[in-house]
Amino acid sequence: MKKVKKILAVAVCLVLVVALLAGCGQKEQPKQESKPAENQQSQTQQSQSGSSSSEKIYIPLISKGFQHQFWQAVKQGAEKAAKDYNVEITFEGPENESMVDKQVEMLQAALNKNPKAICLAALDSKAVIPLLEKAKAANIPVIGFDSGVDSDIPVTTAATDNVKAAAAAADKMAELIGGKGEVAVIVHDQTSRTGIDRRDGFVNRIKEKYPDIKIVDIQYGGGDQLKSTDLAKAIIQAHPNLKGFFGANEGSIIGVLNGVKEMNKEGKIVVIGYDSGKQQIDAIKSGVEAGAITQDPIGIGYKAVEAAVKAIKGEQLPKVIDTGFHWYDKTNIDSDEIKPLLYE
Amino acid sequence: MENKVTQKKSLFRSDATQKLLAFGSLIILFIVFSLASPNFAKFDNIVGILLATAVNGILALGVTFVIITGGIDLSIGTGMTFAAVMTAVFITNWKLPIIIGVVGGILMGGLCGFINGIIIAKMKVPPFVATLGMMMVAKGLSLVISGTKPIYFNDTPIFREIAMGSIFGIPNAVLIFFLVAIIASIILTRTVLGRYNFALGSNEEAARLSGINVDAWKISIYTLCGIFFGLAGVLMASRLNSAQPSLGQGYELDAIAAVVIGGTSLSGGEGTILGTVIGAFIMSVLTNGLRILSVPQEWQTVVTGVIVVMAVYLDIIRRR
Repeated sequence: MKKVKKILAVAVCLVLVVALLAGCGQKEQPKQESKPAENQQSQTQQSQSGSSSSEKIYIPLISKGFQHQFWQAVKQGAEKAAKDYNVEITFEGPENESMVDKQVEMLQAALNKNPKAICLAALDSKAVIPLLEKAKAANIPVIGFDSGVDSDIPVTTAATDNVKAAAAAADKMAELIGGKGEVAVIVHDQTSRTGIDRRDGFVNRIKEKYPDIKIVDIQYGGGDQLKSTDLAKAIIQAHPNLKGFFGANEGSIIGVLNGVKEMNKEGKIVVIGYDSGKQQIDAIKSGVEAGAITQDPIGIGYKAVEAAVKAIKGEQLPKVIDTGFHWYDKTNIDSDEIKPLLYE
Repeated sequence: MENKVTQKKSLFRSDATQKLLAFGSLIILFIVFSLASPNFAKFDNIVGILLATAVNGILALGVTFVIITGGIDLSIGTGMTFAAVMTAVFITNWKLPIIIGVVGGILMGGLCGFINGIIIAKMKVPPFVATLGMMMVAKGLSLVISGTKPIYFNDTPIFREIAMGSIFGIPNAVLIFFLVAIIASIILTRTVLGRYNFALGSNEEAARLSGINVDAWKISIYTLCGIFFGLAGVLMASRLNSAQPSLGQGYELDAIAAVVIGGTSLSGGEGTILGTVIGAFIMSVLTNGLRILSVPQEWQTVVTGVIVVMAVYLDIIRRR
């Protein structure tokens, strides 16, 4: 009896596998067949949209997230560009910045909607390449924003040069601690492009230019404020002579600020941050934080959509659109140049 | 002969031995880290460890009750965040007095737990699924209610004192954690709820047949767990001086790991509050110690994972 059941189970499994394989095969076949048809369809759609101007160009933006204030600011810029250029956009991203698989799914879904162009801030620059190749085959221009992709498929990338920006933070750090002493770094993660670039930008500049400054620890807090707080405290505890602390994104720097506060080291450690947010702005105004690097998130969103529109029209674009960065501290935080770049 | 074996078994099985094992590991970890780094055993650092344990520890205390029934609650992490966001809404947006905001936030946690209990006990949805659903609902609601933005308690500086005020250099959050642990221990060992909690976990059908209103007690236990994560949410918000709506996911696993290290069986019927407290401390001593030694984070995660499995394995040997 048992044996019969076993055999039955194996048989059922086999049938399932065969059915699945057959399903895959079927899926692929009509796709290949329908490709020319699809192209035709999109062509007719194009001609239709040409004649009836009521149908707007649709451009999906796939970001790295949506909860973080930074992404809300990028979205704001993208929406402004959409209005200026009279195109329709959607803005979506996974719930947190480690969900590479979810982002790939979103990209796939966006491609299935047959858009005119697509904007992408890749979480994992390699994981998305197969889909980008698909986009290329379907003649959908890809515009990178925030961080680049290890591929030449994207027409252009609108992003901050994170290496350069973090190096500027290192220069400021050196200046403020007098060119020598121990410093530590908290980064959001060790796998994303921004995480790697900001860490390396900072660390390499210190190593190259400031031999008397020692980086005693680099840790990763996942952008989680509470975890970064305990992390920062442990680092301060382990290195009582710490003179400087660099937090590489908003979540990390809030952790550093909490840690410094809870250890009563306010003013004794030079704190330098990245990005923006209410807590950081308050800390800079009150002098607990020396200053920070800000990107131009609104500009990133705006330029990405602008580039997409240009790419659809067939205009030539530079390979990289540097959206710039700025150092801000107590002295210029309320200036006309900085204020629009900060978000609470 | 047989008698001898059972005797030996029962000695090894006794609760005292188990606690000694967990406590012993904690002491060993402490000694190892103290020897490895002069900065570990300092007062400030120990306070730091205690503080880092508070939020996670309270989550673990709450879920201990649920795990003893043989259930699980995956919504404790994001439920905590939901409670934190609601506290912020009450205090910052609605301008309610702090005490009402705090109680309201804790009750919001309780409400999540109550709903979990109803779905599990009355609708017979397995706890894993019911609380997985709540985990997502609480996360989504936190984001919706806060408009995906953190809410700050800047107008109410006293709020931060709830967790960060201190007595003799010990932060309130730590004192609250110990107090809550004592209350939890009393509930588990000295009340009807505690007795029935074990009865449910050992044999639900037997409990039912002996006239225990199983559904009602189950709902109470999940509600109690909700009140615990509500309190954890208030403390987290107080420490960060803000409610961060995107936080919380992943915290349930750390808390469950602490409970498991503390010797509570995931199949139900057995467990102690002291075990959970020790388990929570083992988790945070481990993370803190490895950080102090500047061990790369990747390895910290690996070590923690190995320790969790080892703890459960020891527990299985003990029961054999």
